[in-house]
Parts: sequence; C-alpha cells; structure tokens
Amino acid sequence: MDVLIENFSLYAQGFLGTVELTVYASLLALVLGFLMASFRVAPVGSFRAFGTVWVTVLRNTPLTLLFFAVLLGLPRFGLVLPFEVFAVIALGCYTSAFICEALRSGINTVPKGQGEAARSLGMSFTQTLGTVVLPQAFRSVIPPIGSTLIALAKNSAIAGAFSVTELLGTYKTLNELGYSIIWTFVWIAVGYLIITLTISALFNVLEKRYGVAR
Amino acid sequence: MHHARGLRRRLALLLAVLVVLLGPAATGCGREGSPPVKGPQPEDLPDYHVATGFQLPDSRTWERARKRGRLVIGVKEDQPYLGEKDPASGRYSGFDIEIAKMLAASLGFDPDRQIEFRTVASANRETALQNGQIDYYVGTYTINDNRKKQVGFAGPYYLAGQSLLVRKDEKDIHGPGDLKGKKVCSAAGSTPLQRMQKEHPEAVLVSYDTYSVCVDNLLTYQVDAVTTDDTILLGYAAKVPDELKVVGKPFSTEPYGIGVPRGDTALRLALDDALAEHEKNGDWKKAYDATLGLSGNPAPKPPAIDRYPAS
Amino acid sequence: MTVHSLHGDLQSTALYDIPGPKARRRHFLYGILSTVLIVALAGWILYLLFDTGQFTAAKWAPFTYEGIQRLLLEGLGNTLKAFAYASVLSLALGAVLATGRLSAHRPVRWLATLFVEFFRAMPVLVMIFFIFVALKVQPLPALVAGLTLYNGSVLAEVFRSGINAVDRGQREAAYALGMRKTQVMTFVLAPQAVRAMLPTIISQLVVALKDTSLGFLITYEEFLHAGKLIASNLDYDLPFIPVVLVISPIYIGLCMLLSWFATWVARRERRSFKTRAVEVAPAEPGTVLPGQL
Repeated sequence: MDVLIENFSLYAQGFLGTVELTVYASLLALVLGFLMASFRVAPVGSFRAFGTVWVTVLRNTPLTLLFFAVLLGLPRFGLVLPFEVFAVIALGCYTSAFICEALRSGINTVPKGQGEAARSLGMSFTQTLGTVVLPQAFRSVIPPIGSTLIALAKNSAIAGAFSVTELLGTYKTLNELGYSIIWTFVWIAVGYLIITLTISALFNVLEKRYGVAR
Repeated sequence: MHHARGLRRRLALLLAVLVVLLGPAATGCGREGSPPVKGPQPEDLPDYHVATGFQLPDSRTWERARKRGRLVIGVKEDQPYLGEKDPASGRYSGFDIEIAKMLAASLGFDPDRQIEFRTVASANRETALQNGQIDYYVGTYTINDNRKKQVGFAGPYYLAGQSLLVRKDEKDIHGPGDLKGKKVCSAAGSTPLQRMQKEHPEAVLVSYDTYSVCVDNLLTYQVDAVTTDDTILLGYAAKVPDELKVVGKPFSTEPYGIGVPRGDTALRLALDDALAEHEKNGDWKKAYDATLGLSGNPAPKPPAIDRYPAS
Repeated sequence: MTVHSLHGDLQSTALYDIPGPKARRRHFLYGILSTVLIVALAGWILYLLFDTGQFTAAKWAPFTYEGIQRLLLEGLGNTLKAFAYASVLSLALGAVLATGRLSAHRPVRWLATLFVEFFRAMPVLVMIFFIFVALKVQPLPALVAGLTLYNGSVLAEVFRSGINAVDRGQREAAYALGMRKTQVMTFVLAPQAVRAMLPTIISQLVVALKDTSLGFLITYEEFLHAGKLIASNLDYDLPFIPVVLVISPIYIGLCMLLSWFATWVARRERRSFKTRAVEVAPAEPGTVLPGQL
C-alpha cells in the first residue's frame, strides 16, 4: 500500500502515459483501419490488393519487431521524432489491421438484399452506404472493436521497454528505490485493469444503445 | 479448375517462403570466421597471475563457484572498450571485462578457462545478484545508497563522471558551459539525459535508444556532442581516436563498484583486497592503457577503496 | 472468364451491383492511377533507402560471415524453442482450465473462471516482467511461463466454447448409451470440439509465436536480440535497416505460414461432414481475438 501512496505522482504519470498512448493510438488505428477496410471492399483491384497486403503483413508481424523497426529504423532516414510519437505510430498501424478486419466482417454481415433493396428504391451509392449499410454494420462491429482496443491498451506496455513513460515502466524506478516488487506489480496490474475495464464498460454502453442481437 | 490453380499458387508461395527461410542455412555460403571488429588487441592485454590454493570458506558465492568449477560474471555487451560482445565470436572485451578477469585470477579462477560471462541488462542487475544467477557484476555499476540496500559493492574501481564526447575538429565545445543551442545526444530515459535537461536547458537535446546511434550521428554531423559517463564516451573515442575526443571536466561523480550478493561480506572484502593488489602491482593501469587508454586520455588515479562494514 | 468470376470478391457485399461497362472503365482507370501511386511510393522508399546509404557493402558484409549467420540461426532456434515450449504448455493448461470451467463442482468452476478471466485481462508483458523481476526467474522460463498463462487462458475459452458448441443430441445420445461423464467428454465431445476449433487453436498459436519476441525485452537471446546485437555495432556501420530487412521477412514468413495453415484447416473443416454436429463460428472476431496479444 505504501508504494502507491508514497509514489502516487510516479504512478499517476505512468498511468496517464498509458492512457495517452491508448487514446492516440486508438484514434490512429480507427482512422487507418477504416481507410484500409474501405480499400478492402473497394471495387478497384489495386486498392483491394494494397489493403490485403497491409492487413496480412501487419497481422503477422510481432509487435516488438514493429517497435524495433519504427523506433530504431525510422531515425536512420533522418526522421527524428519523440519516442512517444513513434510508439503511437507503431501501435496504431499494428492495431489498424485488426480494426480493418473487424469493420470488413461487419460490412459483410449486412445481407446483400439490404443493398439491393436500397438501390431498387433508387438510392444513390452514398445513400446506400450511409443510411443502410454502415448503420447496420456499425452495430455488429461494436463488440469486436471494443476487444481490439482493449488489446491495444494491453499492448501499449511494450512501449515502456522502449523508453516511453507508461505504467509498466514505473517498476524500474520503484525497484531502484527499493520498494517491495510484488506490491509494485500489484498496483501496476490494478492500473491496467482500470483502463481495460473502462474501455469494456464504454463499449457495453455503446452496444446497449446501438447494438443489435443477431 | 479454379481450385487447382489456387492450390498451385499456394504451393509456390510455400516454396518461396521455405527458400527464404532455409536458404542461408542450407547453402552454408558464409565466409569463415567473423567480420573484423576493432577492440582491444589480445597481445596488448596483461596476463594475470592466478592465485593457487586460495580459499574463501566464509563466502557462499565463492564456495558455489568452486563446486561449479567456474565463475559466472555479469557484464554489459554493448559498450565498446568497456564491456562489449563480439556478435560473431561471442567473445567479451573491454576495461570492465579486464577488471572482472583480474579479480577472478585473485580468487583462484583461470581468466581464460574458468569464467563464464553473462550479459545482464541494467534493470536486472540487482535481481541477477540476489537470486544467484551471477557471482558478481562488473559493468558501469554506480554505487549509491539505494542500491546498497539490495546488493553489496566492492571497490570502487573507477571514478566516472558525466562528460562530453565531440568530434576532434570541434572548437567551440570545451565543457558543459558551451552547449547553448548545440545539439546534444544521449540515451532516452537515462540519468545523464535527465541531468542535462535540469542543469543545461539551453542545450538542444536529442535522444535515441542506444549510444552507438548517438555516436553515429555525431560522426555524421547530425549532433554536436554526446553526453553520458566518461567511461562510455572514452570507449567510443578509443574506437575512432582520430575522429572523436572527450572534453571537459566530468560534471558528476559516478563511483563504479563491483556488485556482489548483499549478504556476502567475505566475498566483498576479498574483492576489495584483490583490487588493491592489482592497483598496486600495475595490472589496473595496464588494463586501462590497453582499453580505454587508446582514446588518448591518460589513466587517472584509481579511487580509494571503500571497505564499508557489514550491516 | 465471366464477369462473375472477375468480381467474385464483390458478390458477398451489399455495397455494389455488378458494375456495368461504364463503371468498369472507370474502375480500370482508378486501378491504373492507384497502381502508379503505389509503385511511386515504393520507388520513393527504395530511393530513400539508397539515399541514406542502406545498401552499402559495409552494412551488408557482416551477413556474409559464418559467425553472424550462426548467431542469427541460434537466435531463430531460441525463438522456436520458446515457441515450442509455450505452445505445448498452453495447450495443456488450456485443457486443464477448460475442464475446470466445465466441472460440475461449483468451487472448481469459480476458481477456473477467476484464473482465466484474470490472465486474459492482464497484459502478457506485465506477467512476463512480474515472473522475471519479482519471482526472479531466468529469461527463458519467465517468457514461457508468461506466454503459457496468457495463451492457456485464451485456449481454455476456445476449448470450452468448442465443447459447448457440440450439438446437444450428441451428448444426450452418449448418455443414453450409458457412457459416464468422463467417457462422454473424452470419446464424444472433446474429439469433435477440437476438430472444429482447430483453426482457432492454430491462430492462437500464431499469437504465441509472435509474442516470443517479447523475450527480447527481458534479454532472452532470441532472434530479435541477435539482430539488435548486429545492428547496434559501430564496426559494422550500424546496419539497422539491413537487419530489419533480413529479420522481418523470416519472422513474418513464419507467422504467415502458420496463419495459412489455420485457414487451410478451416477450409477443409467446412467441407468435412465429420464436424457437422458442431456449429463453428470462425468469422466472429468477438469470440476470441486471433492475432491479439
């Protein structure tokens, strides 16, 4: 218990670091994932190919390797950014592949008849997409996107090993200061639970409001 | 028809992956040995007299090592001329390694045959000592009171301090006072970087994951100085003495000690004795001259050994 | 070739009709434009690589030496070793936990549920560091233990949902034949469940393979560690990009191979009549998270 009280600001800093990483990387992942998903369902072959390659490669890349390549490789091109930014890029790109797949399978769950019916009513492509397909797809993708973002929050722990301020990294300082290592980790675990439970609560609310039982 | 084509394409892909995976292994088309590396030359390194009949029954660590037949020593693997592992041959070399060897000789272990070096990351040094994964640790290990609560320290064997590494042709930087507007590089999250932020906010700080990247950027004029403990900087300067130099008085004090398991006072004091002996008979200076001394900076006087009582 | 097979991928979505001649011309144009763009992007990256001197002999020469090749192969060997241990142990732990969760005794069920839920919620890296730092374990066992706890818990859920998905009639028929609980489980339910869940199980093993790279962070001398050692050596001219170019295809290739195997098994399963009694739900990303940490 003492560990938490005496080093509250250190823990708070780490906690906020993880929250920040999670929020920014989630935004990047959602945007990139949406882009890639639209590539993957596009009628143009080369878009589809690009989307497929992006997803296949990133889904099969160990995240540690991606961090290694981004944090140590990109500066070789003269691209020197703060480590936090690199970490957001690595996490965001990695997660975008999973978001993309969740969105795509969501779009695929919308029955073909829905689109056909919309078009037979004379709706344009934008109308079909915006008022018929996406709202239905959105509902079925809430749970998988929620679990993907929870995984993202958990994955952000890797950034700590690459000198980014986040929750797991606080153990180093506390260990140096000679605190009980078990309790240090207990509070780190509690911190992660708070973050993941918050995300899952958030998505439960979303699902209650917009979700459908299929 | 469609299915057969898909299958053939998949088989082709599988084959391609296998070729990529097994290519280098199967063909074995490598040049023998390892790429040339700069490091201390074996013929320049001193030979240490191996103590015969040495006994230290009060030390659990020593007894365990004797039964095992060899010492396991924790070191660093990425600091040239200090503690560096040749990636290809797996050999370790540098000043810290020499200190480890001369102490081993005094404990009755042959430095060439009865030492196993093991890389231990900075964050895990205390752990490795506490649970007996290593017998002692030599690797830019600063003695401080917090660490003394967890491990014991023999020595110090060197008094390091934060300093500056610059290019040989640098004329403006002579010390930390000349850093206004200069780009200074250090390892991300390290103590030297934090000290720089606090004490010299006028410098422009750049950080990378490893010091070797900082040094590379220094050589290619991307940054103007690299800052950390002078030992580490001297190691890089020793690598390319024509291009790099260490300047200015150190602006912090980092006494390097030899980490030992906390309760093992017998081993700690035996190492203190051994260190004093090697400092007196000239081994210490020879080791320095053959490693960090190649940077052009002369050997300093070894610091006074702190034989603190057991607590 | 008919239009049908050309646009086979689109048949499954509600987004488009089969494009007419005008639309197809437009798509063709977009296709060419975007291909040009992608090729230009690739060319620019290649130019950057050349421009920053990533293809100099000095940076690539280390790879031609046997010592370096051996180092890399040893690293790869260590990666595969950790993967082998972790996957065997996770499968075993998963089976045990699934049995616990399906147990008729309430305390056992609760305990297993608590265990599974806790380890699924923790970042695997936190567990690895906890075992490594707090429990003071060597790198390899720490890595394997961390991976086992996490993947074992996930696999337990996979097994459980597989067993629950077996058609009720199978269980009832087996009981009607006078089989005991254990017999029903081992001879009737488990074989069908495992068969149906095989693709998901393999996908989870891909996760374990990917996560062995976390060993890099606790100084386990695996593939990435070997790469870092070469890449950060000033004598080799710091070949970071060459190391990434050598290591990633091998890593990604291995994972892809395993992923493809999972897809292949899944496709075979869908055709096989032996799994008909089990409702397989492979396309539901919410159930388990293949590919996540």
